[in-house]
Amino acid sequence: MDQERILLAHGSGGRQTQELIEKIIYPIFEANGGQPLLDAALLPAPGGAGLALTTDSFVVSPLFFPGGDIGKLAACGTINDLAVVGARPLYLTVGLIIEEGFAVADLKRILTSLAEVAKSAGVSVVAGDTKVVERGNADKLYINTTGIGVVAPGVALGPERIAEGDLIIVSGTVGDHGMTILCQREGLPLEAEVASDCAALHDLARALIATGGISCMRDPTRGGLATALNELAAQSGTVMEISEEKVPVQPPVAAGCGMLGLDPLYLANEGKLLITVRPDCGEAVMSVLVKHPLGKRARVIGRVTGRDGRGKVLLETGLGVRRILPGLEGEHLPRIC
Amino acid sequence: MCLAVPLKVRKKEGDMAEVGLKGLRQQVSVALTPEVKEGDWVLVHAGFAIQRLEENDALETLSLLEELNEAGN
Amino acid sequence: MRPGTDAAQLVARVEKLARRLPAGKTVHIMEVCGTHTHAIGKSGLRQLLPGNIRLISGPGCPVCVTHDREIAAYLDLAERDNVVIATFGDLLRVPGVRGSLAEARSRGAAVKVVYSPLEALQLAEQYWDREIVFLAVGFETTAPTVGMTVKKAKEKGLGNFSVLSMHKLVPPVLEALLLDDQVRLDGFILPGHVCTITGVVPFQFLPRRFEKGGVITGFEPCDILQAVAMLLAQIIEGRPAVEIQYRPGVRPEGNPLARQVMQEVFVPQEARWRGLGQIAASGLALREQFRAYDAAFRFSLREPAGPVLEKKPGCSCGDILKGIRIPPQCPLFKTACTPANPAGPCMVSSEGTCAAYYRYEQYRGG
Repeated sequence: MDQERILLAHGSGGRQTQELIEKIIYPIFEANGGQPLLDAALLPAPGGAGLALTTDSFVVSPLFFPGGDIGKLAACGTINDLAVVGARPLYLTVGLIIEEGFAVADLKRILTSLAEVAKSAGVSVVAGDTKVVERGNADKLYINTTGIGVVAPGVALGPERIAEGDLIIVSGTVGDHGMTILCQREGLPLEAEVASDCAALHDLARALIATGGISCMRDPTRGGLATALNELAAQSGTVMEISEEKVPVQPPVAAGCGMLGLDPLYLANEGKLLITVRPDCGEAVMSVLVKHPLGKRARVIGRVTGRDGRGKVLLETGLGVRRILPGLEGEHLPRIC
Repeated sequence: MCLAVPLKVRKKEGDMAEVGLKGLRQQVSVALTPEVKEGDWVLVHAGFAIQRLEENDALETLSLLEELNEAGN
Repeated sequence: MRPGTDAAQLVARVEKLARRLPAGKTVHIMEVCGTHTHAIGKSGLRQLLPGNIRLISGPGCPVCVTHDREIAAYLDLAERDNVVIATFGDLLRVPGVRGSLAEARSRGAAVKVVYSPLEALQLAEQYWDREIVFLAVGFETTAPTVGMTVKKAKEKGLGNFSVLSMHKLVPPVLEALLLDDQVRLDGFILPGHVCTITGVVPFQFLPRRFEKGGVITGFEPCDILQAVAMLLAQIIEGRPAVEIQYRPGVRPEGNPLARQVMQEVFVPQEARWRGLGQIAASGLALREQFRAYDAAFRFSLREPAGPVLEKKPGCSCGDILKGIRIPPQCPLFKTACTPANPAGPCMVSSEGTCAAYYRYEQYRGG
């Protein structure tokens, strides 16, 4: 890492985030006997079932946005991190860091939507922590949630299971959350008829796993689909190829991207699954997806075409030619050039 | 170097206008294109309409493309 | 390549024309504008062109050509108490010898990313007790929007708003490139949205003085393919001219009102371009009657003493921009010069020739 200080880009979910984790954070814990830091860790538990453990912090601005708020986001984000490793989410903790002066009514509204998501997912909120910091020392409200889930015996998903020939499926339109948040940004005189896709994916994930055809799943949040694909390709050492035209994008998101010089493949999603599927199970998986309210607009967007050990993602462009699809570099900011 | 997109003028008030496309709305300045009217298409760059588009122009590009294709065959 | 599409037909047309070029002749076409470079890289269009046609990315990414002296000036401003920097997102990551704006922000500088100069004006009204400095980068397309914003600030009598003008002009840099005897450029894909403002006249010197053609081009892959075909036809028929491919966006006369605003607020001055050095009358300074809004004047920014490092030793950006070399022929490429640690303008943004080679050209095929 070249920088002496943390930049915003280190929190973008792209290459700099990866670098911070690999070069600074992980080596410290590795020396203490820790295991690789994944979004969710799979831990052995008595009785054969596996435990899945994940933690996530939420710092979204604004706190309320079309399609959700930071409370819903916190519950969904943690549930989804468990769901994509094949776990059934069971318990949640909630840590709050509140800025002095924050409205109690807003806090109630946010915690209510967190509680509603947890309840409908069958997840109990079982522990918590509350800190208040001086005005100016935090931006209104930060939430940390830790989630615990169980993985049924026989369920095994992961990048090491991705094989040549696997289909690559995305469960719906990409970039909805990212564009929604951008439009809410202070100063940006842009309004789009789009809402965050923020949703808990545990039920859809469970139905997909039941088909027996899934090799790996991810929720492409920060850094978007392109970055999630690059992580999967690198971790599995495979070459993945997707077609730009097959990736579903809502028209206002596409138009907003055109206007701001952004690419929907790099915008955050909060209710989408990126799935790799054994080729003979493609139809079964798609039929589960399109019948589920959260998978109606699912598309097969590509396939795993080879293995090169290092991992690579190729994009077939609208012109029908292939090029490298890199992961996110720096922050994905509006450009004028 | 310069990203600009065509958007349709929906409302004009003074030297500001609401422009839009496909479920997208934006407030822009029309100080550099005071002649625009509601219903016109404009090119928007950095929060300003920088040119009014003639509808004929768009058609002209299409026909130019066709000519070129014919010439190539 | 899918058969039967408009793009396929245009590629066939380009191939047919390319076969009519003299044997052994490679045509070098410069796409001047960074947004064209971006579209070319994103669509993979370069892979569709015949081997004897080479696209060279020009100096048309305004943040890439922002000189280290200019970067030092705004970093200096960013570190002052009470100053809030308002900038287009493009500039945030551009590294100078002293680092980038993103790094300055991590050390405590107040930096706001804006989409329009008008937003910077709103910031000035909102933070009436702070100095708002807008970093004005961009070519002829952007300069009128900044000019209009400065006029608005004057109308409103805002006392805490100023702009640091780093604007650059396209025709002078093309002239500077063409004056090099070694230059190997045969024609230009001209920047559509710059010409939206300027019209065709400022580019007429290309055929008249240098016998090079130029096509003012739109930003879809098919627009660019069509422009390549139009340029090839000019080259084969020996009739260099400035033609407009981008009909909806460009009128021959441009936008006269926008030019008038630009001339009212700014005056051309010598400017430094990263990797290219000083070029006469290629930049814009605020006129005297707008001095109160000129950050350079308001904060008494002075040229630092001592020699100016125009480029890192070994950096070939100048030659790459002239078509004399391609990025892999530069000794620094991929070693001492990478997107994370760029030496010259061609590597600074994803739109630069070197960055495009680095990112997109690692894979060839299909």
